[in-house]
Amino acid sequence: MSSITASPQSTGPPEEHESHVTSYPRFIARSLWLATEGSLAFYAWMTVLTALFLVGANAWANQVAGGMIGTNMTDHVSWGLYIANFTFMVGLAAGGVMMVIPAYLYHDRKMHDVVIIGELLAIAAIVMCLLFVVADLGRPDRFWHMLPGIGKFNWPISMLTWDVIVLNGYLILNLHICGYLLYMRFLGRKPNPVWYVPFVMLSIVWAISIHTVTAFLYCGLGGRPFWNTALLAPRFLASAFVSGPAFIIAAMVLIKKLTGVSGLDQPIATLARIVRVTILINLLMVASELFTEFYTGGSHVSAAKYLFFGLHGKTALVPWTWTAIGLNITAALLFLWPGLLELRWRPLLVAACCMAFVGAWIEKGMGLIVPGFIPSTLHEVVEYVPSQLEWKVTVGIWAFGLMVFTIAIKTALPTLKHPAEH
Amino acid sequence: MTTTEPSTKRSLPIVENFGRRAAVKGAFATLGAGAFVAAISPLRQAAKNSSAAEFMQQHYTELSADQKADVIARLEAETKEQYGADVTIADDRPIPGTKFVYAINLSVCNGNGKCVEACHKENNHDRDTNQSYIRVIEMPKGTMDMEQGSTTYSGAVPKDDKFYLPVQCQQCDEPPCVDVCPVKATWKEEDGIVVVDYNWCIGCRYCEAACPYHARRFNWKKPEVPAEEINPNQSYLSNRVRPVGVVEKCTYCLHRTRRGKLPACLEACPTGARVFGNILDKDSNIRWILENKRVYILKEELGTKPAFFYYFD
Ligand code: SF4
Ligand code: SF4
Repeated sequence: MSSITASPQSTGPPEEHESHVTSYPRFIARSLWLATEGSLAFYAWMTVLTALFLVGANAWANQVAGGMIGTNMTDHVSWGLYIANFTFMVGLAAGGVMMVIPAYLYHDRKMHDVVIIGELLAIAAIVMCLLFVVADLGRPDRFWHMLPGIGKFNWPISMLTWDVIVLNGYLILNLHICGYLLYMRFLGRKPNPVWYVPFVMLSIVWAISIHTVTAFLYCGLGGRPFWNTALLAPRFLASAFVSGPAFIIAAMVLIKKLTGVSGLDQPIATLARIVRVTILINLLMVASELFTEFYTGGSHVSAAKYLFFGLHGKTALVPWTWTAIGLNITAALLFLWPGLLELRWRPLLVAACCMAFVGAWIEKGMGLIVPGFIPSTLHEVVEYVPSQLEWKVTVGIWAFGLMVFTIAIKTALPTLKHPAEH
Repeated sequence: MTTTEPSTKRSLPIVENFGRRAAVKGAFATLGAGAFVAAISPLRQAAKNSSAAEFMQQHYTELSADQKADVIARLEAETKEQYGADVTIADDRPIPGTKFVYAINLSVCNGNGKCVEACHKENNHDRDTNQSYIRVIEMPKGTMDMEQGSTTYSGAVPKDDKFYLPVQCQQCDEPPCVDVCPVKATWKEEDGIVVVDYNWCIGCRYCEAACPYHARRFNWKKPEVPAEEINPNQSYLSNRVRPVGVVEKCTYCLHRTRRGKLPACLEACPTGARVFGNILDKDSNIRWILENKRVYILKEELGTKPAFFYYFD
């Protein structure tokens, strides 16, 4: 992939006093060029993602044209796969902060060199969040009703307006941080800490806020006992700090293999140590919740019963649930084993990360959203299994997110390969 | 494979010089954009069904009298065009000094479901899905736990060991559905009725998740009602035919009750179990019931303060 470091484009180091008006567009052009350079495998990967994205876009267009009857959601289970993925993606976006904290608060140099991976992941994940919300709207054409100023923004009463603010804020923060660092790199200048360190510190707090506010969306609803628990926000955070680092570890192993970026081993080990703890905290919270539900009993427990064992013979979620539990526990055991950090066990580490990731996706997605609706508020049990259209849209958004992430990483490769001196 | 040297992978064949590569990239980008436009072409169909005027329409509470008249004329014309029915859409406002409440005598209700049917017709619900704002739960005597009930009961009613609990929007005084709406598309009016501006709702269904009484419905598809079955006496905030993709709910038939009539479900009830009225009117029947019967409300512990009461004789 030699073309990445030595692009034939005529963008040498810019002159000393060139104004930003001309150098910024050149930076964008150069980034675009870099992002679209690569091996055959890269082009194949992007083509597959594009194809999947187009399938999703088409499915979504059909959903808008024909009404959401094309989904399997009902008045009983009125949120489904989209909101499940949305919730999970918020966690993934927040999870990147587990790189930022060691890098900036504990001055872990090695982590600092590659921390941009976590920030770029946050950008891709938030873009996906926003797409999942739009996919879930019955009237996406009325999106502007939500814009403060021209629409009617029910702030501060509606938690959803808070979520809109914190998610977009987090996106802008990370765009600014990554954009600034990459731009300075392009100019060949040393980044001025004044222009990014305060924002990085803010982004740490902000990362916690996006997942807390998203939990508040659900746990503030008194009519839905399954969600109405104070443990929801902490649980969200714990699982975000599993899924985020797990994804980043796997991504870093891949980046190392494909691009030869060095200096990733130590950050990988740091993240693995973090997951070792967070995955246990997450399991502990799940156990505590389950104890409270089942030991107390009563009708409060119906949703949990449905989730784990089925209710009145309806068991659509049960296989999902136990798959998630199996994956989470296996992953937790693997992470507890010290040998997992050794280089020769890399494939096993990646496998453990994948398990933790999929486990969290089920637990935080379908396993969280659907039981909120089953039984319904009038205690009817109407089941939900996503329709083919919903799967297509979901896969399309995932493909788009991966495209954004791939392109972002490619743009950042020069920085990753030759980190600035400390 | 852990080389630190950039590996010498092949780049795209045939395109080695910069100009050519740029051209190839441009071509692929164009191709991608074209494919994207083709993929989302069904949107054009959707765009046909909603006019520019609808897209630009402001929130109900911000429309001037003239704008309201225009909107209503447009909606009437659309109903004619799309459903073939001549309808009148009024803009019924709350009557000062009224606060509507509803009560149901559960000793009398026999679960015949006439109210469910009447609501279906009165409010121009989708025929296919047999939609209605009311659900009746058949409950075993001796419990108040809805978990024990069933909404899909059949056979002759009433059954000896059962009682029947009709549930519809409780027009809560502390409505969680209103709080959660991100765009203020739903609100509580002075006479206590919680309404939805169907032309402002973005269809996020957050209110549907927030309502503890399963009172809200979403238009998963465009409602279908044959022209001759459409109830032509309509109101903007009430029973006009709803657009696809928005939420709807019981409005205590405000197109009737704000004109001095009774809700359709009450009129249809053969048992006389339903009592409706203005709680501010000291001489009203409803006031007498609330003062003299042992009434209760559903899910009192949630603090929603329903304006809907139940009692036994
Ligand atoms: S019953 Fe439901 S829809 Fe009706 S006012 Fe209360 S919360 Fe809102
Ligand atoms: S579905 Fe409509 S009325 Fe309900 S919360 Fe969303 S925008 Fe508001």
